[in-house]
Amino acid sequence: MTRTSQSIQKGEVLLAVDQVSLSFGGVKAITDVSFDIRKGEIRAIIGPNGAGKTSMLNVINGFYHPQQGKITFKGQTRSKMRPSVAAAQGIARTFQNVALFKGMSTLDNIMSGRTLKMNSHFFWQCLRHGPAMAEEIRHREFVEDIIDFLEIQAIRKVPVGKLPYGLQKRVELGRALAMEPDLLLLDEPMAGMNLEEKEDMSRFIIDVNTQYGTTIALIEHDMGVVMDLSDRVVVLEYGRKLADGTPDEVKADQSVIDAYLGVAH
Amino acid sequence: MFYRETGQFKTNYAGDMAVFPILQDRIGIALILVVAFVLIPLLGSDFLLSSVMIPFLVFSLASIGLNILTGYTGLISLGTGAFMGVGAYACYKLTTLFPEVNIVVWIVTAGFFSAFVGVLFGLPSLRIKGFYLAVATLAAQFFLQWCFTRIPWLYNYNTSGAIEVGQRTLFGMNVTGPKASLEARYMVLLTLVTVLTWVASNLMHGRIGRSFMAVRDMDIAAELMGIDLLKTKLLAFAVSSFYAGVAGAAMMFLWYGGGEANDAFNINQSFLILFMVIIGGLGSMIGSFFGAAFISMLPTMLKFGLPALGIPLAGATAEHLTYILVGSLIIFFLIVEPHGLARLWQIGKQKLRMWPFPY
Repeated sequence: MTRTSQSIQKGEVLLAVDQVSLSFGGVKAITDVSFDIRKGEIRAIIGPNGAGKTSMLNVINGFYHPQQGKITFKGQTRSKMRPSVAAAQGIARTFQNVALFKGMSTLDNIMSGRTLKMNSHFFWQCLRHGPAMAEEIRHREFVEDIIDFLEIQAIRKVPVGKLPYGLQKRVELGRALAMEPDLLLLDEPMAGMNLEEKEDMSRFIIDVNTQYGTTIALIEHDMGVVMDLSDRVVVLEYGRKLADGTPDEVKADQSVIDAYLGVAH
Repeated sequence: MFYRETGQFKTNYAGDMAVFPILQDRIGIALILVVAFVLIPLLGSDFLLSSVMIPFLVFSLASIGLNILTGYTGLISLGTGAFMGVGAYACYKLTTLFPEVNIVVWIVTAGFFSAFVGVLFGLPSLRIKGFYLAVATLAAQFFLQWCFTRIPWLYNYNTSGAIEVGQRTLFGMNVTGPKASLEARYMVLLTLVTVLTWVASNLMHGRIGRSFMAVRDMDIAAELMGIDLLKTKLLAFAVSSFYAGVAGAAMMFLWYGGGEANDAFNINQSFLILFMVIIGGLGSMIGSFFGAAFISMLPTMLKFGLPALGIPLAGATAEHLTYILVGSLIIFFLIVEPHGLARLWQIGKQKLRMWPFPY
């Protein structure tokens, strides 16, 4: 896979969230949270249920618009942004409850991740010849690489609605990878999986990070997985940032221990 | 036994992405085309052409149109009849203003007018979905039908208030008007349907079809992948209405040979085509043909087929019996296979592939 934007070097800040607050009516989902994601790292966002983790991801890819604060991605600061624009800038994501296109095959699902990269004219699309077909084959080759990488060759033409949950999660990861994102957001990629499936998924996440150099932000509840996978962890609780640092630092943080285990009052 | 893909290896992606990857399917399509283009016009009776094939082809085209919108993009529309009307009236105006231009050109061009109107009435689809969108498209149905009867300019101030189809030729042969032979009308219609089906299938197999289905299956995920919802939905409305418009123009000029909007493009027509799409199979090209065949051919077959089998029927009884039979068959098929005849066809093909083993 080739990368187009190499302006940001590994280790530099790719995305910065600066004092973001988000509320729905009177409910404050996120209050004054700041953190950054550096290029090439695996960044985990953890916290108890309702801490605002998924809301944070929704803010990052433009689905929610925060009332306060700003987000800087690849050096560009933005206020309000449509999700399709965020996608065009290079942010891809997977969902907590799988959001695949159920009526389409695995292949078509991953191919639809290439939509933004395809631009053959409507006229050629009508004929399905010439430039349209050449483009289709070019992207099919790319998608086949992803299918190989995720070891899902056997289910290429199966409608995803018929696949077991673990495989659906894998196809969803494939669809996000097909977008060649600079930043990949994974919302609980291992929820509801057994140990073996979790190991497979962890392996894929590490491989994506090392082979393709994709920056990853992930939400996960399995602390073992989070501590092993991630380079840095940010902890949220009740929409506020509790701690931020390497897994070891976070593990030793007294407020994090309190939040997770509870304290005697 | 004879329907196997065994031994048919694909060595490149183009082969694998073909619309009909299995050889037997390609032979089947070729056979159907030969029958439709050669055998039916040569051997078919006037009755077969005028009462079975021509209505079937017109409805197939309209069903493909609605299937693109409802089956592939997941937007329900009850305005198909009106969009067909836009095509018919556009074609009528164009051919009276420029009679020297070939009528087939105008039939196709009429589709673009319909596409434009479809886009206008598709604008609410970004905000509303499901049944509410169906109600919004009802507005198109009533408003446009009102225009067809109340704006005399549209029907050239005829005293009859209806479209009057004049004499038009193609390659020196009459294709519209009272002197046009059935064979000529059938061949023009068949060519239109064949070419437009091929185009629709191409579109649905590529990027555009995938983005339509993505919007249908999970619009939030589609948007987060960079698919612009408004543009995609409006494109679906445009393509769908284009097909409806061409079908409407073809209906007036190649089938009815003239008529009034309140008869041809009313709400019943919209419902009829929606039923064809649902019974045929949502999101399936071949399903559109199945549905059109089922609903347009079945009453004719029952009406004329039963007496031919020796079951005598009086006029009124025949009509009532047809309604009863068609109604119960629709219910029967929907209970057997809620996903339509196309799914039954698919299951049948799958069984044939594995035969004699059950799986």
